[in-house]
Amino acid sequence: MSREHKEISQEDLSAVLELVQKRYGFDFTQYARSSMKRRMQRIMENFGLPSVFELKHKLLNDELFFEVFVEEITVNVTEMFRDPFFYKELREKVIPQLESYPSVKIWHAGCSSGEEVYSLAIMLHECGLLERSRIYATDINSQVLNRARAGIFDLRHMKDYTLNYIAAGGTGNFSDYYTAKYDQAIFKKELKEPMIFSIHNLVADKSFNEFNLILCRNVLIYFNEHLQNQVISLFSESLCPFGYLALGSKESLLFYHDRDRYETISRMSKLFKLVR
Amino acid sequence: MKKRYKAVIIGGSAGGIDGVMRILRDLSPGIPIPIFIVLHRLKNVYSHLDQILGDGTGYTHVKDADEKESIQPYYAYLAPVNYHLLFEEDHTFSLDVSEQVNYSRPSIDVSFESAAALYRGELLGILLSGANSDGAKGMHRIREYGGYTIVEDPATAYAPTMPQAALDLVEVHKVVKKEDIAFEVKRLI
Repeated sequence: MSREHKEISQEDLSAVLELVQKRYGFDFTQYARSSMKRRMQRIMENFGLPSVFELKHKLLNDELFFEVFVEEITVNVTEMFRDPFFYKELREKVIPQLESYPSVKIWHAGCSSGEEVYSLAIMLHECGLLERSRIYATDINSQVLNRARAGIFDLRHMKDYTLNYIAAGGTGNFSDYYTAKYDQAIFKKELKEPMIFSIHNLVADKSFNEFNLILCRNVLIYFNEHLQNQVISLFSESLCPFGYLALGSKESLLFYHDRDRYETISRMSKLFKLVR
Repeated sequence: MKKRYKAVIIGGSAGGIDGVMRILRDLSPGIPIPIFIVLHRLKNVYSHLDQILGDGTGYTHVKDADEKESIQPYYAYLAPVNYHLLFEEDHTFSLDVSEQVNYSRPSIDVSFESAAALYRGELLGILLSGANSDGAKGMHRIREYGGYTIVEDPATAYAPTMPQAALDLVEVHKVVKKEDIAFEVKRLI
């Protein structure tokens, strides 16, 4: 049978993650296993690595390959105004509450290539809040942060993103926010001004500021329960009193130690408010 | 001794909901093992399919699979819209938003392969009507692990592409009309 049908065992997986931890100091051991296995299988297929032994060998000896490995292992599939209904609720239920602050600090944790950061900036702009906002956009992976910083996305996706934008309650013309050039959509400089991009590893790094709003969507699903708890605590520490937390559509606070500290703003959109 | 299967996984696309409804109705109010259902669904459309399937079939427990939820008997779990559904060694679900597979998320192949890795020879895989070939590789994997495979008869399926693709790739155990699938399931559990 073809190579892709070869299953990676739990032992192999553990061995690779241990190697990565020892060699590079990145701890992926608390990532959800089933997803990890898939990602690793995919890397081996894409790079024509016939066995886990070859994968380990390459990881040990090729630092550039490790960069690619991190990018592949951490899922970077994203889109602008992903889950439009979430953005609609954020706009209606959270943004108005932020208007009373002289300055608004936002942390977008696990921002990947930035599509959702630009979506947020567009929304803040339309609500008149962009100029007094600071958006700290972080990710574990430097490659995707470079793309996020550039703010240039594939023009082919703009049709879908426009539909998302409208469904999210956008009040302007989506095409006013970018310039089309060849096959690229280059997003306006003004959107970028409040953005600060930085590497941050949710597994190992601490809180670095106090925020009015933290977005971390579809990141926790890749962690095991222990690590999920740890990251939620980190967010609780990093929110100012009555700050807001936004999670992915299938993520909830249900299973976490800190759940009683939050009030649910929208169950469907997974919007929470730190109340104690 | 008769072999006992520990879980059922069902995949389908165009025309697949009909098949799933028929199977759940025939197995209602529930069977003592979990059922996993992976249907291609429109993204960003919250159709309340879990309620529709529950109310429309009399199957008592039908719900969207939740992140890190532990798998229970008598439940039928749906792969949520826009996520791949994966299975962990401790019998909990993981969700995943990585690339679409076969233009689909949830992808049937992804869930079938992950479930096969967990249940091995004790998985019963069912592939229904559909207009693309997602699920064929998944059925192959289930078969490889020694699980049981049932395909809806392409001759009577609403969209024959999906079941036919599986038949082309795998020597499945049974090819039956959707009306007869529940009977096979009852026989095997």
